[in-house]
Amino acid sequence: MSIWIHEDSKILVQGITGSQGMFHATRMVEYGTDIIGGVTPGKGGQSVDLPGRSVPVYDTMTEAVSDTGGEASIIYVPARFAASAIMEAADAFHELNGGGLIVCISEGIPTLDMVRVVAHIGQRPGVRLIGPNCPGIISPGESGGCKVGIMPGYIHTKGRVGIISRSGTLTYEAVAQTMGVGEGQSTCIGIGGDPITGTGFIDCLAAFEEDPETEAVVMIGEIGGTAEEDAAEWVAENFSKPLVGFVAGATAPPGKRMGHAGAIISGGKGTAEEKFAAFEAAGIHIARDPSKIGDVLLDVLIEAGLRES
Amino acid sequence: MNIHEYQGKALFREAGVAVQDGVHCTSVEQALAAYDSLGSEVVAVKSQIHAGGRGKGNLYSSDSDDLVMEGGVKIASSREDVEEYASNILGHTLVTKQTGPSGKLVNNLYIEAGCAIAHEYYLALLIDREENSVLIMASTEGGMDIEEVAENTPEAIHKTWVDPIEGLHDSQKNALADSLGLSGSAHASLVEMVGQLVSMFVDRDCSMIEINPLVKTEGDTMVALDSKVSFDDNASFRHPWRAGLRDLSEESDIEVRARAHGLSYVDLDGDIGCLVNGAGLAMATMDVIKLYGGEPANFLDIGGGADRESITAAFGIILEDPSLEGILVNVFGGIIRCDMVARCIIEASEEKGLNVPLVVRFSGTNHKEGKEILDSCELETITTSTLAEAGEAIVKVIGGDSS
Repeated sequence: MSIWIHEDSKILVQGITGSQGMFHATRMVEYGTDIIGGVTPGKGGQSVDLPGRSVPVYDTMTEAVSDTGGEASIIYVPARFAASAIMEAADAFHELNGGGLIVCISEGIPTLDMVRVVAHIGQRPGVRLIGPNCPGIISPGESGGCKVGIMPGYIHTKGRVGIISRSGTLTYEAVAQTMGVGEGQSTCIGIGGDPITGTGFIDCLAAFEEDPETEAVVMIGEIGGTAEEDAAEWVAENFSKPLVGFVAGATAPPGKRMGHAGAIISGGKGTAEEKFAAFEAAGIHIARDPSKIGDVLLDVLIEAGLRES
Repeated sequence: MNIHEYQGKALFREAGVAVQDGVHCTSVEQALAAYDSLGSEVVAVKSQIHAGGRGKGNLYSSDSDDLVMEGGVKIASSREDVEEYASNILGHTLVTKQTGPSGKLVNNLYIEAGCAIAHEYYLALLIDREENSVLIMASTEGGMDIEEVAENTPEAIHKTWVDPIEGLHDSQKNALADSLGLSGSAHASLVEMVGQLVSMFVDRDCSMIEINPLVKTEGDTMVALDSKVSFDDNASFRHPWRAGLRDLSEESDIEVRARAHGLSYVDLDGDIGCLVNGAGLAMATMDVIKLYGGEPANFLDIGGGADRESITAAFGIILEDPSLEGILVNVFGGIIRCDMVARCIIEASEEKGLNVPLVVRFSGTNHKEGKEILDSCELETITTSTLAEAGEAIVKVIGGDSS
């Protein structure tokens, strides 16, 4: 098991005929993802050749979902069109399937567009958005697996550790370190580095708590906002599995945006120190050194009786 | 993107938000002409820089560091006052709580008609990340540092949120005016202003509008006596007019140049340059350097679409730092391949004349090939495969303490 996606999930690609869409759709199929179609307005009726299969292109998400039974979509459209692509997907999944998963990779979506998008999704129960500005979600399988994102698939192996992160490459770093101590992953989710995102830490933690195959979780935050503090508060009351936490940006100066639109200490709030303190207060095992995330995980698994050494 | 007070007030005027008459000036002559034209005996002479705390800041001579004047915002009651204050401000360096010790050179001045103030308030609109909406904050404690107010008297701050779909309800505007203890025409004036500000915030894709102080005049109307406006950079594509408001002299030259190459760069005080793919990993790399006893010289994310041109530019920018003692490259290959980065490093180091130790950590896509390329070339590099080894190696090689 895994959360939100599984080896047989049927995936649509919005923006499939673009260069990014084609490139990553190919990588996803190579990994084992079941891509069953795509959407590019104006290109309906065409088809796209992916490794070992040819998939149809539709003009709209409504056509794509009703024709293929797609359960999830991944969005590679330019930032200026991304908000309407997300809302189109949300409407199609809500009306036709009663829900669905949307993963938005696009970076640079205006914040007020995201405010409207998240409110729109909030009115469509069952629809989940991951991202934007994120690497996506991956659940490694026995051979291949389901990858709905841009992460390098081969660094992952099926296992029992869930990973949640606001970052892209730092998620891969965490994956590499869990592999370094001999642990695979159940599901890894990059929730995105923007100030306003769909799925947050708490949604992921709640799903991992319910997932029998996830036995421990690594949570990677960064400076800015209070999502980590809120998650810590939730964890203290509701989360029972071993949890390792790291926060990037202890050395970041205040008032400076550190690459991600959401990674900024403003008005003295959102520092790594506050977040680490909140993690500690909630009983989360903290790794202050990002090169020791794997080591801390190993200690925690041993302490929990989940590993001998 | 931030803009000056005088630019923010021009946008306020367009939105219908009440402001005093004022004139933007860049010379003492213009300041005097502005005084004559405003027809107000008392005027405010205001330094225009992007940082806050101007009123309590000090002006220093740009070459000798001598104190020229206390206070970057002055009330002038005569033509002579205007001349004195304008000459003390223009061409001098204003140091405030927010500028850091090096301060900001003041090239712009705003001369604004005086105002008979009955009371000062605080009003701000900003994105509330946790509530996923635009937050409006108001306080009766105007003219003060709002963070101090939030710390000491949080009950003095009133908050309301704009519904992303339905907008701001009239009842919310009225409640906000009530919470500030306003009545009569001042109450009506604030209700109208809040609606105008919400429209401006949304129409212009702002990330913040702050008015401190917002004043109630003796004539019982509300006037924005200050303006601090910043925009969401992600939305710049639909606001071409913003280009005309950008003051590049207010931005770090090196950060502007980095951005032109698709790089995200932030200057820091240390001596170990960093070149990393991904913002989170770049922060984590800085954190590791610090934990191993070193000090990062910069944050640098080369982004997901980095190529030979941008990696060469990144090296050039890092090497500009005179206190640089070493460079740590940390690349976790995904879409970016480590062998490509390795070739770029060799070319860039030749082109830019690399003269400090270089530690390279590769992981992910084609990391082995990347390491082989570096190990077999003439360029002296220390290659590592884990983040821990990389942190240890760079601190050790520059002679720091890597305990």
